[in-house]
Parts: sequence; C-alpha cells; structure tokens
Amino acid sequence: MSTINYSEKIPNNVNLAEDRTLQRALEQWQPNYLRWWDDMGPDGSQNFDVYLRTAVSVDPQGWAQFGAVKMPDYRWGIFLNQAEQDRKIHFGDHLGEDAWQDVPGEHRANLRRIIVTQGDTEPASVEQQRHLGLTCPSQYDLRNLFQVNVEEGRHLWAMVYLLHKYFGRDGREEGEALLERRSGQQDNPRILQAFNEPTPDWLSFFMFTYFTDRDGKFQLCALAESSFDPLARTTKFMLTEEAHHMFVGESGVSRIIQRTCAAMNELRTDDPQKLRAAGVIDLPTLQRYLNFHFSVTIDLFGSDESSNAATFYSSGLKGRFEEGKRTDDHRLKGQVYRVLNAKDGQLIEREVPMLNALNEVLRDDYIRDSIGGVERWNRVIEKAGIPFRLKTPHKAFHRNIGALAGVKVSPDGQVVSDAEWAARVDQWLPSVNDRAFVASLMGRVVEPGKFANWIAPPVMGINRQPVDFEYVRFN
Amino acid sequence: MGASDNGLIRQHLIDPEICIRCNTCEATCPIGAITHDSRNYVVNADICNHCMACVPPCPTGSIDNWRNMPRSIAYSVDSQLTWDSLPAELSTQELEAAGVASNDLASAQAAGADVAHARLIADTLATQQSEQPGFDASAVAAMMPPWSAAHPYTNLYGPRAPETSIKATVVGNARVTAVGRDYDTHHIVLDFGGMPFPVLEGQSIGIVPPGVDALGRAHHPRQYSIASPRNGERPGYNNLSLTVKRVLEDHQGRPVRGVASNYLCDLQLGDTVEVIGPFGASFLMPNHPKSHVVMICTGTGSAPMRAMTEWRRRLRRSGKFESGKLMLFFGARTQEDLPYFGPLQSLPRDFIDINLAFSRTPTQPRQYVQDLMRARAADLAPLLADRNAYFYVCGLKAMEEGVVLALQDIAREAGLDWSEVANSLRRDARLHLETY
Repeated sequence: MSTINYSEKIPNNVNLAEDRTLQRALEQWQPNYLRWWDDMGPDGSQNFDVYLRTAVSVDPQGWAQFGAVKMPDYRWGIFLNQAEQDRKIHFGDHLGEDAWQDVPGEHRANLRRIIVTQGDTEPASVEQQRHLGLTCPSQYDLRNLFQVNVEEGRHLWAMVYLLHKYFGRDGREEGEALLERRSGQQDNPRILQAFNEPTPDWLSFFMFTYFTDRDGKFQLCALAESSFDPLARTTKFMLTEEAHHMFVGESGVSRIIQRTCAAMNELRTDDPQKLRAAGVIDLPTLQRYLNFHFSVTIDLFGSDESSNAATFYSSGLKGRFEEGKRTDDHRLKGQVYRVLNAKDGQLIEREVPMLNALNEVLRDDYIRDSIGGVERWNRVIEKAGIPFRLKTPHKAFHRNIGALAGVKVSPDGQVVSDAEWAARVDQWLPSVNDRAFVASLMGRVVEPGKFANWIAPPVMGINRQPVDFEYVRFN
Repeated sequence: MGASDNGLIRQHLIDPEICIRCNTCEATCPIGAITHDSRNYVVNADICNHCMACVPPCPTGSIDNWRNMPRSIAYSVDSQLTWDSLPAELSTQELEAAGVASNDLASAQAAGADVAHARLIADTLATQQSEQPGFDASAVAAMMPPWSAAHPYTNLYGPRAPETSIKATVVGNARVTAVGRDYDTHHIVLDFGGMPFPVLEGQSIGIVPPGVDALGRAHHPRQYSIASPRNGERPGYNNLSLTVKRVLEDHQGRPVRGVASNYLCDLQLGDTVEVIGPFGASFLMPNHPKSHVVMICTGTGSAPMRAMTEWRRRLRRSGKFESGKLMLFFGARTQEDLPYFGPLQSLPRDFIDINLAFSRTPTQPRQYVQDLMRARAADLAPLLADRNAYFYVCGLKAMEEGVVLALQDIAREAGLDWSEVANSLRRDARLHLETY
C-alpha cells in the first residue's frame, strides 16, 4: 500500500488503523511532539505560510506535493518504501536467509541503540538551527531552511515509529527521551557531540547541511542495507528527503563562492580585508569553515577500530555504503583494511581486520563523496578565473575521536607540536574574529527576489517557481 | 507523426552544473536509464522512456533538461560523462545539417516532440515563439488574467497531481461544419459524472489518446480549448464541450492523420476518454459589469470564444452586462468550413457584433480577420483606449502578428499613443493570445 491515508490523525502507509495498540501509543506521542516543535522548532515562525513539499505517497509522482503550509500543520507521518518481495539478507553471518520482519531477541539492544542514535540527530539539528530564520539571506533560503527542519522532524517520526512498533515499553520510553534531550544543554544533551554545537550563522548552516547531513546520508545508506526490513524501508524513504538537505548545503556554499568571486573580479583584489569591507566572505575564511565542518563531521563515524562495528555488520544490523553494489564475499572474515595511526609523532598506516575497521571504511567512502562536491565548488572559482582552490583537510586534522585524537596535525597532514598548533590554529580553523565577521553579515532579507549581498541568487527556484516567488508569507 | 518518423527525439539530460550527485534519480528510475561515474549522473537516451518518474524527486531541478536531437547523433552516455555544463540547443540550421528536414522539425515541435508531458509542450511552443524573427506579438500580450476573472483551478489531474488522469464519458459528438467537405469539425461533449472537474471559459484540457506510438510509447496528451461555459455545456451538468477539427494534413499541406483529432472525431456516445487538466490561468474572461470582450479567431480557435459568448448569453438576463459589448471577428476558408455558422446566425444583433472573414470563397477576394478589423477601426479604436475592453486572439500562430499589427495601425490612425496602448494591453491584462 503506497497511498498515504490522510483521513487519519497520523498520515501513514503502514495500515496504522489495523494496529490499535500502536496507533494509541503514537497518538499519545503526537501532542508531545507538537509541544516540542512549538518550544524548539523554528523561532517565531509557527504562523508563517511556507511553500513546502509534502509526501502524499512514496512513489515518484506523489511524494513531492508543493503548497503553502503552516509548519505546525505539516503532515508529519510514517512512510515506508514499498516492500521488496522475498528480500534476502545480503551480508554478514546470515547472508542468504530471509530478511527479518521483526527484531530478533539477541539483536534487540543493539538495534535499539542504532535507531535511538540516528533518531536523536533529527530533532537535534532542528534545535541547532532554530534561530537562523531571524537572519535569513532571502525568502528562498528561508523556505529551504524550513523544508529541512520539517523533514528532520519527519525523520524523527520515522525512528519513533520503529521504536514504538518493535521495542514495546522500552521503545516508548526512548521515544519520550528523544523529545526531552536538548542540543547543547549541559544536563541533558544530545547523544553526539556535533549535534550539541551551535549553528550560529548561515555559512555554518550551509557547511553543516553539506558535510554533516552527508554523514546522515551515509549512515542512512548503511542502515538501508539492514537485515531488519522495516528499518531498511524506513531509511530508504528518508534518503529521498535527505537529498534536498545536501542540495541546500552544496548550492548554498556554491552561491557564496560565486558572489565572492564576482566581488574579487569587480574590485580586482584578493585581499581578504578589502573583500570583507565589500561585505563578502573571502575564500580563506570559507576554507577555514570547511576545515572545521569536515573534521567535526568525520569524527561522527566513530573509532577507527571498533568491535561494535564488526558486530553490527556480521549480525546483519548495518551494512556498508552501497553493500548491494559491491562484489566481495559480503562476510569480510580474514580480510584487512589499512587505518591511520599516530606513533612517535609520525602518522603510520596499520593493517587491521576489515570487520573491526568498518567505521573507517564508511568514513573513507564519505570522504570520497564529499571531495566531489568540493571539486564542483572549485569549478565555480575556476570559471571566474581565480587561482584559488578549496581543499578538504587531511583525515588526521583536528580529530577528537579514535586513534588520531591525541595528535596535532596540520590540514596538509604534517604532525605539528602543540606550540605550532597554537600559533597557527587561526589559519586553519575559524577564529573568533572570523566568526564575528560572518555574524556581522547576517541581516534579514525577506523581500521576494532580494538576496543578501554575500550570496548570489540560485539558478532556479523551487519546483520551477521563479526565484522571486513568494516562498514564505509572514502573515 | 513527427518525432518517431523523422528520427528527431527529445533527449533527456541532467545539468551537471546544478546536479549534486545525490543518486535519487538513479534510485528512482524504474528501468535503469540513469547511470553515473565519479563525475556525472547521466541519462541513457536508448533506454529512457520519458516516464518522468525521476523529475519530482530531484532536489535541484537539474534533472529537468531536454534537447531536440536527431536520434542518430543523440548524446551518448560516454560523452555526457565528460561534461561540465550542458550543451546549447542545436539551431534549426544545425538540425537541418544533421539531416532533419525543416518541416519535420516544425511538425515535431508543434507536436511537442514525444514527451508525455503537457508542460513540455508549452516549453516547445515558447521556444518556437522566441525563434520567430522580427515582430514579437507576445511582447504585447498579457501574462495575467483580467482583474475581475474568476479564480481558475489548474492541473487537478496530470503527472504531478495525485490523480494522473480522469475518465470522461462521451455524451455528444456532432459535426459542426457543413457536410461534404474534406475537413470536418466536431462538437464533442464530455461528461465527468460525479468527479470534480471545474473549468472556466478560456481554459483547456488534455486528451490522452489510447494506445502507443510507433516506438511503443504511450501517446502524449493533446491540448484542446474548452468550448462551453463554466456551468456546463448543458447548464447545471458536469460536462464540457470541445471543438475538434479532424487533422488529415499538416501545416505544409502534406498528408498526416492526426492521432488525437481522428480518435476524438470517431468517438461514439458512451465511449470513455482519458483527460488531464484543466490548464490555463491567464486566458480568462472579465466578469465585471461594463467589461467589453473583443474576440478574434480562426477555425477551431473559436472554441474559447464560443464559451465566453455562451456564458455572457446565459447571464444576459441578469442585466449586469447591458452596456458591455461583445465583438467577434471570425475567419475560416469558406462559410461551409466555419464551425457553428448556423447557431451564430441566431444570436441577437444587439447582443454580439459578428464579423466573418472568408479567405477561400470562390469568386470573392481573399479576406482575413485583420482586414475586417481595419474596416471596423472606428469601433475598435475607442475599445483600445478603454480599460474595460479585453481582447482575445485564438487560432493559428500565423494570425498573431497580423492581428497585433492591425491593432497597432488602428490605434495610430485614431491618434492614440501605441506604446501607451500596448503597455495597457499587457499590464492591465487586456490582450490574450492563444495560438498554435
């Protein structure tokens, strides 16, 4: 059944009405969710009419319906991709067996932990971004922010559905706890550190949606391979929505670069001070933001050697990125992978069992993917005829998790002393000054078709609407 | 016709400058036509069947790019994988050099090539308009409806709506030109039963002919203007009428059997038809008292004029439009070819001012609608200057330029400032063009 039943309180394509216990549980969670949205959702925006897309079915024709919606009235619900008939487990110890339609008892704790960790990032990013609407560079961007926010909200629904349906009382309690933790709060923070950092300005937001939402994509891709079929189907549909978030990041940074390059050519200068005086963000500052978000995000993949990762894979809970497209034995026993370590002030590569290195495997896939987009940003600079290239920093740069956490490494991969790090960190990571400058640019531009000076307009509007379309009505 | 016969295809391409390589299109494509390498995502023209499943899920809009290409030199997957940006559309000269005859190109474009999507038909028409050299009639045309127009519903059924189409039942099919001509025009009445399909005069609908084309693909929908008023061909019933001319030759006079028009003209009572729409949000009539309507049309371009005339006729007793004039300039080859000639004659003279032009009446000089307009300059000039007067033009593309030039001459001879008049026609949404 792919059509979503909108006559019900909770839109869904999972025949919720036939499972009264689950329906009642979710209907009790729903008002708490809405209260959370009122408290922690986009600041002061609850009454705006926003041009949002809403899914009416999970097939291609139905999932992107556009219209003006007040965010608290957004039809959050439960949508799973179509079931694949007779799906088989395609990796790990259970390779070839039927995929699980229920949670096997022995994997209950691990699966719950995976789902809770994924679910926790969704409301966290809404909380991190809740003040950005006050400094939006255009209506178009404001609409994109809100679209990202409501879809993160829907991703929380997706995870809470799994918790309620398959984890009984424990699941319901976890569902409540997801609404109680708060990003950046001392006594009850979100689970992952990157989701407790503030998103103070729109450059950070675009970098976050490019780099950190891409981590989301890779985690979801790995979960979409899961032997637990309801998790695989849920995450597959989430991936379709996630693509928009990465688009917001990639095109946002690209438009900032475009504007900066235009100013550099107009003023015939590459002097950051002159460019800052002209109200655009100089390329070295963009590089420092990139260094920060890249390094913080690759920490999210966890320790480079992890017995948990091995367990998750062998037991079939979480596959690799594009597991189905790989041509090895999909069991990985006895295979090795090279990971980076620091020893006596040197970076060295070490061979470790592949199964234990699966976090590193996923991290390396992620790095390859994120470099592609950075190269597309470079094409914008190249097109403007400017001899500057953005570059992702070395994998060991500014790491706080795993074997590289204890060592100081420059963006080009040289191990440096603590003193040198302290002397040069402001060249490598955004300084207090940089952040203050970027913050100083953040005014609010909301007239249709107008854009803040530091960002170029997009090539096209949303859903073939013109760029100066009224994407948000403020009422 | 068109696309499949002469080897011209509408090739689906992805803009590498906008694409973010999110893989959504490749994951969505039901037939594996999309592939990628580390650089680009591309569409294989040999596999793509234009089902459009990949278009709505694309977060960037980069997926929605199309080029008219001779099939023999369509962009291969390998060449697309090397692109940093999209190539420009081939010019008519380049297409001709590649072996596409120019009239094949014209007919392929007029047919909207082979893409099963009404929006793309509109794109192609827009390209044609921009390619026309010299006088640009569309520069004077309104983009918006008159201020007193009723609010239209659009795209209730179609590829982007929850329901992709709606079934209508044929409840009438009558010939409205004289019998015994090579060309015949039918008045077809479609009933929607209990299903919602609200329309306004000036809107159109799409008909999806059954079956498949020579390449085994579903036919793309053809657009027809609605010939009946908003409350139904029969007042109070959920039906509407179309004016359909059986197409037996193309614009160049070469024999071609129109797929949709022949299908429609041959329908029997009780048959069902697949419909999409309604379309159109600017070619709509004014509804305020004292608004005048000047209608200029040829052939089946009379359909929206019939709809507007009939709506005003039904409202006539309300007394609201007593001072509002209706003026009709209607052209056809001969009187026998003119749709609705009989019923037109029975409309009261004080209700509508009818001017008929026949271009092929034996022993008579050829007369076109713009000739009649010039002859009626004394009555048209005050209307050009009157902000309550609205002009509607519907028919073959070729008439557009002549009609607007006639309006320009009439304005100048009356001592009006044409640029001011033109500005008002566009800005106040007083001149509406619908040509094909």
